[in-house]
Amino acid sequence: MYDVHYHRPATLDDALNLLAGADDGKILSGGQTLLPTMKQHLAAPTDLVDVRRIPGMRGIKVEGGHLVIGAATTHAEVAGSAEVRQDIPSLASLASGIGDPAVRHMGTIGGSIANHDPAADYPSAVLALNGIVVTNRRQIAADDFFTGLFSTALEEGEIITAVRFAPPKRGAYAKFPNPASRYAMVGVYVADTASGVRVAVTGAGENGVFRHGALEAALGRSFTPAAVEGVATPAAGLLSDIHGDAAYRAHLVGVMAKRAVAAALG
Amino acid sequence: MADITVTVNGKAMRRSVPDHTLLSEFLRETLRLTGTHVGCDTSQCGACVVHVDGRAVKSCTTLAASVDGAAVTTIEGIASGSDLHPMQAAFNDHHGLQCGFCTPGMIMSGIDMVNRYKAEGRALTPDAIRHELEGNICRCTGYHNIVKAIEDAAGRMTSMATAAE
Ligand code: FES
Ligand code: FES
Repeated sequence: MYDVHYHRPATLDDALNLLAGADDGKILSGGQTLLPTMKQHLAAPTDLVDVRRIPGMRGIKVEGGHLVIGAATTHAEVAGSAEVRQDIPSLASLASGIGDPAVRHMGTIGGSIANHDPAADYPSAVLALNGIVVTNRRQIAADDFFTGLFSTALEEGEIITAVRFAPPKRGAYAKFPNPASRYAMVGVYVADTASGVRVAVTGAGENGVFRHGALEAALGRSFTPAAVEGVATPAAGLLSDIHGDAAYRAHLVGVMAKRAVAAALG
Repeated sequence: MADITVTVNGKAMRRSVPDHTLLSEFLRETLRLTGTHVGCDTSQCGACVVHVDGRAVKSCTTLAASVDGAAVTTIEGIASGSDLHPMQAAFNDHHGLQCGFCTPGMIMSGIDMVNRYKAEGRALTPDAIRHELEGNICRCTGYHNIVKAIEDAAGRMTSMATAAE
């Protein structure tokens, strides 16, 4: 790893000033993606601004019936939270399946969604649950947040502070992990929300996480695994790599969606 | 340079290291605690697992500067004198190692999973142990004896806790 200046600000304002003053500053939250990327010299920020100890960035609360998860809350904390298990069990279960136990002790929800890796699990939850990404400046609807592969609506000087979720009526996440890396080759999050059924697919899209309109319509008419069967997923726009081509992933989308709906129905 | 104050295996210490120093490098090269191994250096093998404030983490994917103020426990810090930790004893009794390269990480992950399952009142079944070992790779044993060792140690750790009460 190249040398870097590490900072651990005590306030959000200090963090913003440090980022503004750096040549190429990056936020360090869990570091489970950023540090390996830096070791491979695929990223070489001049400054790392560790936001984990800023008060209010970490922890889970219930506010007006919504779950508010601080950006620096770890996957293990989300998976183990009594509030999350109670209100959105599918989210707790998704968090309990990210990476491995040691990675879950470090990786954070804010880091995951800010990075928007096409194979990450959390983006599908935020999109399917119609979550709201809260930053130091504004609230961003999930539909506006993920803008493409490794890119989001976040601007310079903007830091995610929390993610808000309204509990759905029911929901579940099913993923097909790559047998070696365990990253999602396809992950499908199905949620029956106040604004209708939402289906988000991760691992498969060339542009990262996406909503599946045809599945949403079919499941809106009938929330059953059988409803998934009549819906074809076009291979266009899906990833092809040595692990599976686009047609294979398109097929997996249907299989995972079916499993997710069955799980949501319990 | 980062000035860090950490408690390593119960001993408070202060060191100054370059900001980009990994916790694994800090332990092995600065403190010469070479029991923590580095197998892959890419967050996959788990040979480098240590506990930070009681939680298992991959020290090859943690900056030393970021654990300032924390308590770090490594494989060197779990025995009491010449008495092995029950997890170490169980790995010995069940032949849970061959070359031993993965063992420090296996043992630190094993202790972490037993503690977590006990705290949550969940049963640590052989199946659960296999899932929990997702981030620890062993090239020698085929895992069977590792799973047996952790299962046995879970019983020993529970009875130790009960005996101490
Ligand atoms: S050396 Fe850290 S996970 Fe392999
Ligand atoms: S005992 Fe050799 S790698 Fe596990």
